Amino acid sequence: MPIQVKRLLMVFGLFIAIMAVLIYFLTPESWGEFGHYRGLALKEIADKEVKHVDVNETCAMCHDSISATFASGEHKSINCQNCHNVGYKHVEDPTKENIVKPEVTRDFCLRCHAKNPARPENYIKQVDAIEHNKDKVCINCHNPHKPWE
Amino acid sequence: MEKFESLYHALANLDGYIFPNEIVLNWDVLIVMYPYITGLVAGAFILASLNRVFNIEALKPTYVISLLTALSFMLVATMPLITHLGQPFRFYEMLITPHLTSAMAIFGFVYLWYLMVVLLLEIWFDYRYDMVIWSKEKKGFMRFIYKALTLWISDTSVASRKTDDKLGYFITVVGIPSAFLLHGYVGFIFGSIKANPWWSTVMMPVIFLFSAMVSGIALVMFIYMMINFIRKQKNDILCLDTIAKFLFYILIVDFALESLDQIHRIYEADESFDILKILVRGKLFFTFFIMQIGVGTLFPLATIGFFQFYKPKEHIRKIMYLIVSICVLVGIFYMRWNVVIGGQLFSKSFLGFTSYKADLAGGGSALLALLWFIVPFLILAFLLWLLPPWKKAPHVEHIE
Ligand code: HEC
Ligand code: HEC
Ligand code: HEC
Ligand code: HEC
Repeated sequence: MPIQVKRLLMVFGLFIAIMAVLIYFLTPESWGEFGHYRGLALKEIADKEVKHVDVNETCAMCHDSISATFASGEHKSINCQNCHNVGYKHVEDPTKENIVKPEVTRDFCLRCHAKNPARPENYIKQVDAIEHNKDKVCINCHNPHKPWE
Repeated sequence: MEKFESLYHALANLDGYIFPNEIVLNWDVLIVMYPYITGLVAGAFILASLNRVFNIEALKPTYVISLLTALSFMLVATMPLITHLGQPFRFYEMLITPHLTSAMAIFGFVYLWYLMVVLLLEIWFDYRYDMVIWSKEKKGFMRFIYKALTLWISDTSVASRKTDDKLGYFITVVGIPSAFLLHGYVGFIFGSIKANPWWSTVMMPVIFLFSAMVSGIALVMFIYMMINFIRKQKNDILCLDTIAKFLFYILIVDFALESLDQIHRIYEADESFDILKILVRGKLFFTFFIMQIGVGTLFPLATIGFFQFYKPKEHIRKIMYLIVSICVLVGIFYMRWNVVIGGQLFSKSFLGFTSYKADLAGGGSALLALLWFIVPFLILAFLLWLLPPWKKAPHVEHIE
């Protein structure tokens, strides 16, 4: 066997040995507990702070009249936090600063209601972004919490 | 959802109906760099192999340069992936927990095989004799470095050089299918995702392979001209013409394959076609039609194609080759972009889109991606200093 091949085989052997040692010492402890991943990862993710709160248990407690109107309107299937941003801070310490009161431009409502051929009409009602009551703000006519009121 | 604080912010970036897990585009510009860089490696290597196996005399000046280029890009190929994970303190866990049943985890094996068994060995056999000579010429620390690099073998006999040459040739032959494997694999990763109509095609590995060759050849052409410029040497015009000819042929094949793929898609016009049409005409218009097809394919094809029939003056050709190589490199980058980013922009419900804009700084940013494109050039500069191809002894065949 040529000396080159001999030396190279030694190097490869060394490499494999080093890898084996690394695998032995560095593999995280909870590895493989449930599958091919770190078992602890589940706990770490579960421990993250929840930002979207349960609206029925929270918003409705204090904003009962709005919530009641809301529940009888067409928007009832969407979450308050889709329009008001996450409420985890506001619920603990209700001030005006930690919740969004959306400034209603036409774009705000058109995020969801703008005509889009790729969006089926029976999923969500759509209006022509430009033609539908041109230059007027949507909430002049539609109540955001109960659009047909 | 990390990019957006909450759904509230995300809504402003969406169009139509989209599943929640599609709102944030998880594979960002760093993942665009990954097939791009791996493709450069495979392409540069294939150019070197063409040269050695088919013994093309005109390409000789680029042989070692393409090998070193492949090596310097190979060393960085995993970095976009690792930085994209965003876990600088435990990225190594990925490397020490091999997995045989995940297509993605197989990259570790493909990578190691290609780096250790193909590239390093081929370069080592090619340089072993020279490194022995250099270790004798140098003193002190550098002497030790070269000695270590030769693995303390000091044999300089003709017989030992012949062995180097034979083993090196063997590695090259093994290397060609390995380079195909390397980049075919990257294409496979995308092509095998059957839920994504933009990716899922058996053509994907082949398309990736040919675009890799195109980009690798363009890169070597660019680097060859740059090295000569920096060393104030004359470019070997015959060599450039030959590289350009190969670039031309492979670009034709690549373009034909990609067109075939698209024509097939257009003719089949299955349920995903409407959304793909909107995608290509809308969000991908610039990157697809202008950059990938216009700048990256048609312009180089027209220019080099023209040179096949009519050869203008040498210095004009050189300038055009420089421009063409840059255009091809840019075009292939956008090809990767269109695959990686394009495939995530539309909803798998086929009813909506999300949007993507690369941030300038921070993890997953454009600057980080640029860094991983620049580092290989620095590594290459170092390698050229350590193993200067222009100081190599003549090939063993020329001794007798
Ligand atoms: C603990 C009671 C409480 C809960 C729970 C609560 N709020 Fe409030 N909210 C208040 C009070 C009190 C104010 C008025 C603050 C002020 O005027 O300084 C307020 C104000 C608001 C405002 C108006 C802000 C402004 O700038 O005018 C909005 C919008 C709002 N809440 C939304 C919500 C939503 C959405 C939730 C559920 C995620 C929620 N609130 C849960 C007590 C609560
Ligand atoms: C479709 C989007 C949308 C949803 C969903 C929504 N809101 Fe609102 N909300 C608004 C807008 C827009 C305003 C601001 C109206 C204005 O400026 O007059 C507002 C204002 C408010 C205010 C402040 C009222 C005031 O007089 O200052 C409260 C409190 C509030 N919303 C609570 C809620 C609660 C609780 C829910 C869930 C039950 C909810 N909202 C769901 C859009 C929404
Ligand atoms: C988060 C997305 C979203 C936003 C923002 C939103 N809507 Fe809606 N809207 C809905 C959904 C979902 C429905 C119920 C589905 C449907 O259209 O039948 C609905 C229903 C409606 C309807 C009743 C349609 C009907 O006849 O069934 C009107 C009117 C309406 N919204 C107006 C508005 C206005 C005005 C705003 C801005 C203040 C707004 N929406 C903001 C999602 C949204
Ligand atoms: C001048 C008052 C007015 C304004 C301003 C207005 N709407 Fe309407 N909207 C109406 C009336 C009246 C209807 C019902 C008749 C119709 O379909 O045109 C309606 C219908 C709708 C519907 C249901 C369409 C359907 O197919 O059933 C939606 C959704 C809607 N509007 C959203 C909006 C949005 C979003 C804005 C702001 C960009 C807005 N509207 C501004 C008066 C208004």
